[in-house]
Amino acid sequence: MDKKTVVIGVIGSDVHAVGNKIIDYALSNGGFNVVNIGVLSSQEDFINAAVETNADAILVSSLYGHGEIDCQGLREKCDEAGLKDILLYIGGNIVVGKQEFKDVEERFKKLGFDRVYPPGEKIEKGIEDLKKDLEI
Amino acid sequence: MDKAYLLIDFGSTYTKLTLVDIEHEEIIATSKAITTVETNIMTGFNQAFDLLKQKYDKKNIEIIKKLACSSAAGGLKMVTVGLVPELTVEAGKRAALGAGARVLATYSYEMTNDEISEMKNMDVDIILLSGGTNGGNKKVIIENAKKIAIHFQDIPIIVAGNKCANDEIREIFDKHHINYTITENVMPNLNEINVLPVREKIREIFMKNIIQSKGMDKAESFIDGILMPTPAAVLKACEVLSKGTSELSGVGDLIVVDIGGATTDVHSLSEGYPSKAGINLKGLQEPFAKRTVEGDLGMRYSALALLEVSGEKMIKDYIDSNEISERCQYRHNHIAYVPENIDDVRFDEALAKVATKLAMNRHVGHIEIAYTPLGEVFNQYGKDLLEVKYIIGTGGVIVHSENPDKILEEGLFSKQEPTVLKPKNPNLKVDEKYILSAMGLLSYDLPNCAFRMMEKYILCEIGG
Repeated sequence: MDKKTVVIGVIGSDVHAVGNKIIDYALSNGGFNVVNIGVLSSQEDFINAAVETNADAILVSSLYGHGEIDCQGLREKCDEAGLKDILLYIGGNIVVGKQEFKDVEERFKKLGFDRVYPPGEKIEKGIEDLKKDLEI
Repeated sequence: MDKAYLLIDFGSTYTKLTLVDIEHEEIIATSKAITTVETNIMTGFNQAFDLLKQKYDKKNIEIIKKLACSSAAGGLKMVTVGLVPELTVEAGKRAALGAGARVLATYSYEMTNDEISEMKNMDVDIILLSGGTNGGNKKVIIENAKKIAIHFQDIPIIVAGNKCANDEIREIFDKHHINYTITENVMPNLNEINVLPVREKIREIFMKNIIQSKGMDKAESFIDGILMPTPAAVLKACEVLSKGTSELSGVGDLIVVDIGGATTDVHSLSEGYPSKAGINLKGLQEPFAKRTVEGDLGMRYSALALLEVSGEKMIKDYIDSNEISERCQYRHNHIAYVPENIDDVRFDEALAKVATKLAMNRHVGHIEIAYTPLGEVFNQYGKDLLEVKYIIGTGGVIVHSENPDKILEEGLFSKQEPTVLKPKNPNLKVDEKYILSAMGLLSYDLPNCAFRMMEKYILCEIGG
């Protein structure tokens, strides 16, 4: 069967490059076709990459606490770009300070994310969920 | 008897001949006459050839080969179709420009009927169809192939998109008896550009199909080959000079600024990677040999467009004149105008300075500063050309100017615009004998000879 394509990158004015490389490595080893757009990526970069590569999922990383602002409107733009129902995941330190994760998760689900991961979550969990969601 | 190559450029205005002694690696003579593509291309050629014959000793020179390039009859006109504007559409456009084409229009996503009829009204020579990375989106390129197959059955088509769509596209085009060719994807992976296979296909189609349709076939029996469009010949010459040959090392990164009547072309030969540490390279990868064409910057036909983009104030920075718009209008109306007095020469030079400055600003990359919680970070879009070693000027206004350096200096890095990555301290040179396109042709057969001649005539002998 063809490999599933996932777009990964670090959104906004965020330059945390190390985790991005680890995710790239892990997903590639996990049998995915990884399109890594790197750090400092705008919503448009994610969407353009997903359109052109016909991606099955977009995995957004955010490590610097501004994830919520950076991700506003991403789902709507995906719909607009013809990426209806594409899987959207996010993980990292997506909000500032110590907040109740349940609240955070709810807020990001409202933004249109299918899965939201707390700080320190292992990428293996993400891969497991991806396989479940993509039925592989 | 010395052996010589006759190199011909069927330009949009002039047919230019260059006779090269390939043993002594010298230019024997040059000549030019008005291009006569409407009637018989050979009339103008013969006029130029007669002029040339007066300039050399026929007893001691034997012409062993005649090669030509052409931008007559409007040049090679292309339309490119892709998917996302910043990605495959841009990649396709860069490939077409690098092949020496004029890109009349670009289309993204699924083409609408309005866009199809708009395209029908253009006089298109080749359509480049791309879209999707390999394994990526194939729906859009297939839909566009279907529309093109119905509406454009006489135009050669190059397919350079998602390889997974090729089988279906082949079926569609075969069914409609389309003249098409399939080549490697112009953007095989995201942000990775692959222009060379497309460029080569464009050149093949140009040689096979376009020459007949442009009334150039009459020249074919006399000439050994019309190899490519003129801008492609210039780019080829630049590539050889920059990279060298299998025997000779190249001179390194360089830029050519070519100011014409209708357009200003900039060619850069450089990877353009960041020259300083800590800079993120963003966006679509740049081709090593990159050509941009500014259709609104030119000395004659485009003088009015130039005035529109620059404004009177910018031209006034270079020349004190109260009749700027009148003089631009005059040049626009009289495309064969040659300035007669010193004041008009200065005015032309002022326009050339504006054209150089704006064309270079658009060609080179730039830095954008992002303010993050970790401090300032720098993103580079396009090519960093700060350390380029040579800027070579060509085109009538530069070649005939007494102060070509002053025109080319407008293409240099400026402290007022520190984020625009123009060369800081290059050597400024002039293609004084107008040989770049001829050397591009020659380099197909004799790259070492062409390389040494460019070193001799452009880099060493002349210029600052």
